[in-house]
Parts: sequence; structure tokens; C-alpha cells
Amino acid sequence: MDTSIAIASDRDVVQARQRGRALALELGFSASEATLIATAISELSRNIVSYAGHGEITLRSTTVGGRLGLVIVAADSGPGIADIELAIRDGYSSMGGLGLGLPGVRRLMDEFELISAPGRGTTVMVTKWIP
Amino acid sequence: MEVPILKQGLFLIATIQAALSDADLVQLRSALVHQVVRCRSLGVIVDVTAMDVLDSFASRTLLEISHMIRLRGADTVIVGIQPEVAFAMVQLGLTLEDIPTALDLEEGLAYLQQKFPSAH
Repeated sequence: MDTSIAIASDRDVVQARQRGRALALELGFSASEATLIATAISELSRNIVSYAGHGEITLRSTTVGGRLGLVIVAADSGPGIADIELAIRDGYSSMGGLGLGLPGVRRLMDEFELISAPGRGTTVMVTKWIP
Repeated sequence: MEVPILKQGLFLIATIQAALSDADLVQLRSALVHQVVRCRSLGVIVDVTAMDVLDSFASRTLLEISHMIRLRGADTVIVGIQPEVAFAMVQLGLTLEDIPTALDLEEGLAYLQQKFPSAH
């Protein structure tokens, strides 16, 4: 069952991360893991507001090989990212690369996938598995 | 959501009551800087116990609050960062640089009172 949250303002960022935390706890993640997930959602949804204006966060549970996980998809049809390598390059600080915080989000989650092209919007899909 | 700012002698205490949006954080920054000037405060405590997440924007805003208040000659202490929030901040690569932090409001007040023994 997918949960989609429209993202268009900073209030939606708070709403999305609270929904994500609730779902994470429901699935059996620890409070600490749920906070990592909420933090990743906060970063991804803020990028939507800052760079695309609006977009959507989709949350869903997944089971692969008996493992339960939470998938977050952050999608927008904004300007897109020309240099994906640079956007996910881990810099010295959290603001490394293009300053999108994507290297940080990658560290918070277990799986990370970025699909983007100039003029084609941006989709980030991340997954956290229950250990 | 407005954050109440309490004046206690020459110190100000801002207690965040719930998860704040980016706009709320920016509003808090502005309110604190103005209050420090108006009250001639020597120290500010920001209690973030109720913050569910301290992401890059929140961390940067707390740093800005501390730096602006330092330019006024006053000190800022951040108190109440929850253990899981601290864990996520470290994973994300965020630090509060040189801002003093304390376990809770009581410890934060003790820190400021030690620094400014004649302030209360």
C-alpha cells in the first residue's frame, strides 16, 4: 500500500517526515532507525520545495527475500540535475557535491538510486531495511 | 508555530514545543536576535527536546542563531538534542561546530551561570 504526500511547502516537509516516521515504527524499525528515515525524508522533500517548487513523496513497504524494508520515492518535475556524479559525490562537509545533501541521505539509507536529467525532473528512490 | 521565549534574568530561554517548519526556524532566529538586543541578554538557551529531526536546514539555522547572537556579545547553548536525533545528525555529517550543548535546560542554565556568575 503506497502513501503519497504532495510536497509544495515547508509544512509539507514536516508532514512527510512525520508520516514516514509513523510508518517506519509501524513496520518494526527502532526509534533510532525511524529518526534516520524521517531525516532522509526531510532532506529529500526540502530539495523538492527548494529546487522544483512541488513534487511528491511516496512511502511504501517492501519485502525482498524475507527482508522487510521501507522505500521512499521523492519525485519532482523540476529542472533536473545535469551532473549526477557531482550531486552524489561525498564532499568534505555535509554540503559536499552540489549542496543537495544527497551524499548525506545516501549514508542514512541502505539503498540509493537517483534518476534525473536536465528538464526531465528528478526522482530519488531510497530504501532502508530492517536489520 | 511560534516558539515562546522566556526571559530569566539576563538569560533568554526558547523552548521549542513541537516539530518546526523551516519558516518557524527562521522566525525563531529573528525573534531571538531581536530579544537579545531588547533585553540586553548575556546568554540564550534553545531547548530542542521536542524537535523530531535536526536536518541540514535546522542545523544551519541553529548555527546562524549562535553566530548572530555572538556578534551581540552573548552566548547560545543548545540543549535537549535527543539521542536518536544526534545519531542521525552524525550519519548525515552535520555538526553544530563550536556551539556549546548541554543535556537539558538545567545543565544549560548551569553552564551560563558559571560563565556569567553575576548575571542572576
